[in-house]
Amino acid sequence: MSTSTHSLPRRSLLAAGGLGASALGLAACGGSDDSSSSGGGGGATANFDERGPITFATGKDTSGVLKEFLERWNKDHEDEKVTLVELPESADDQRSQFINNAQAKSDAYSVLGLDVVWTAEFAANQWVVELPKDKLPIDAMIPATVETATYFGKLYAMPFATNGQLLFSRKDLLEDAGVSEPPATYDEMYQIIEKVQGSNEGMNGFGGQFSKYEGLTCQISGVVKSAGGELFDKDGKPHADSKEAVEGLQVLRDGFDKKYIPQEALTYKEEESRQAFQDGKLVFLQNWPYVYEKFEADDGSSKVNGKVLVSLVPAVTGEGTSTVGGLNYAISAFAKNMGTALDFIAFMGAPEQQKAWFEQTSNPTASKAVFEDADLKKKYPFLATLKDSIDKGAVRPQVVKYGEVTQAIQEAAYGCLSGDTDAKAAMSDLQKQLTDLTKG
Amino acid sequence: MAYLLLLPTLVLLALVVGFPLVLSAWQSLTQSGGDIDPATGIIKQGDSFVGLQNYADAFSGAGAGAGFWNAFWNTTLFTVVGVSIETVLGVSMALIMARAMRSTGIVRASILVPWAIPTVVSALMWQLIFDANGIFNRVIHYQVLWTTEGWQAKAAVLVADIWKTAPYIGLLTLAGLQTIDDQVYEAATMDGANRWSTFWKITLPLVRPVLVVAVLFRLLDAMRMFDLPYVLLGRLESGQTLSMLASDAASKTNYGLASAYSMILFAYICLVAFVFIRVLGADVIGAQNKPAKRGGRSARAARRLRTTTEGSMA
Repeated sequence: MSTSTHSLPRRSLLAAGGLGASALGLAACGGSDDSSSSGGGGGATANFDERGPITFATGKDTSGVLKEFLERWNKDHEDEKVTLVELPESADDQRSQFINNAQAKSDAYSVLGLDVVWTAEFAANQWVVELPKDKLPIDAMIPATVETATYFGKLYAMPFATNGQLLFSRKDLLEDAGVSEPPATYDEMYQIIEKVQGSNEGMNGFGGQFSKYEGLTCQISGVVKSAGGELFDKDGKPHADSKEAVEGLQVLRDGFDKKYIPQEALTYKEEESRQAFQDGKLVFLQNWPYVYEKFEADDGSSKVNGKVLVSLVPAVTGEGTSTVGGLNYAISAFAKNMGTALDFIAFMGAPEQQKAWFEQTSNPTASKAVFEDADLKKKYPFLATLKDSIDKGAVRPQVVKYGEVTQAIQEAAYGCLSGDTDAKAAMSDLQKQLTDLTKG
Repeated sequence: MAYLLLLPTLVLLALVVGFPLVLSAWQSLTQSGGDIDPATGIIKQGDSFVGLQNYADAFSGAGAGAGFWNAFWNTTLFTVVGVSIETVLGVSMALIMARAMRSTGIVRASILVPWAIPTVVSALMWQLIFDANGIFNRVIHYQVLWTTEGWQAKAAVLVADIWKTAPYIGLLTLAGLQTIDDQVYEAATMDGANRWSTFWKITLPLVRPVLVVAVLFRLLDAMRMFDLPYVLLGRLESGQTLSMLASDAASKTNYGLASAYSMILFAYICLVAFVFIRVLGADVIGAQNKPAKRGGRSARAARRLRTTTEGSMA
């Protein structure tokens, strides 16, 4: 290239470069303008008859179970092979790769592993196609998980994995305090903590994820729902300043004020809180079920081995509500061979895969049947409680601007829990922000 | 002819520096995405030209947590306080190293280890140290919640940053110190100068050209600080810097606003670099002095002579 431009005077070359740059810039913008006229993406044109090789893009397969699944599928489908594309472990990185791909309208990814909170954004931008309910084992899935894959009444993904938080209690400390059952409400829990702290100097009470990150949004969604409120209603309208929502936040604030929740919980993410409970520093912990195996470890790493009770998370007034987590599978709007992609998603939702995934990774799957499975019940004695937790779970807001919304929720909740603002002011400020963010 | 020879370089610079910069500037004037259709929930696609709207949004801090000015003052605080302390510590380290072990390479290399560790790794390490039940709190026998909102979070970032980068200034200063001729010190001793005035009147002026460049590099580096507070503090306002705002906006697919934040940071860095070079006369392009280690005996002798005269002039 440089040889051909040697003869050009410097100035005109720079000018040409500048023009080229701006022309490219214009072209880039023009490219995305086109899509608005064509109705935005390929949502309307999904063709489920095309078959052939596809790719499957999802977070890193740390367990190796996915590879087994793919081998099984590829053996039976010579002409419709699925290739695994492993994305980074961090959810944020996965999301940005999906978005980059969608904006380039690339067909590199056919099936996408989407976190439950991304459904709205991907559906609203028409980066994923609507899925036919009758060709997928949707009825076999827990309804709360199907809700996480639905946007404006349409199904955009199939639930694969799910999750719900549980309350882990110290059996020995409860017995010392004369209590036999784990608490069902925050009031009961705080009373028990007061008793336990009376006889155990320096014992911390309740731990959850109160650091300023996604985990805090999970805690708040759950506690607001168990107080009878909701951050967003079915039509996507925010109700953060309702009496119930304020009450939910206030209960947590009271816990901090009265030292039932230690100040250091403001630094807790999943792992920090897990470690604190495992070291015997907490009476109660709200966390995902994965922690159970670590608590029951008998290699000396756990000080609470055999002393853990599992129950539903505490409620404010109604029933204890946890946030529903999990992973859904969607089909990229720019993919080829959507017929194969649809079949493959259905295959992943089949009982055999659902059970194997839960059994080998300790991550619960979305199908109802796995919670009735005898083998799994034996391995995870709290399975019925977990099912209950997911059934009653709070789905995090299904909003397009989820990034902004979750940040606003975290700001408001963290400000209140750390004692800077009171619950009512925090929630009415949050309501203003959420109203702005959902206006479009 | 000389221009022709420069052409390949200029083309390359235009491609890898000019083009992205122009594109960024253009993008900062556009906004992507439109309104949501209330019936289907589908978002209208496409970019639109919005003039300086993104800049107005940036300064009013729309949708960016604690907003622009919080990030601006954090960036400035981390830069000014951090680099000042690093400079003092770095120079002290260099003086000690120059005194105690004129040429033990191992010690010098090991001093540089913190600087060689990737920032993300050192941030994770400091996260463990600053944990509520971490080593730091155990040593001081008092529980400070370092990773909660407040001055302590800023202090944590500063400590981790200073730990990591003071050795860098130290090593560059050491290289500068070693070009100072012993004769100058001997002469000073003969004249009855004490250590204090030797340092201020001889060491510092002679090492200044090297030190100023080192500090300039650190300034530019500190102003675009991202990974350390991002990993150590996550979303806390106390650690939010300007480059984090840009990354945050981009992750929300608000690329126009992200570009606006980057352009503002770019302008801020340019301004600081310009003022710094003007005021302190940093010799960045080496018009006056080449760094040590190269050249034969005669070159070294010439340099010694020159530094000596410079010193006596100052």
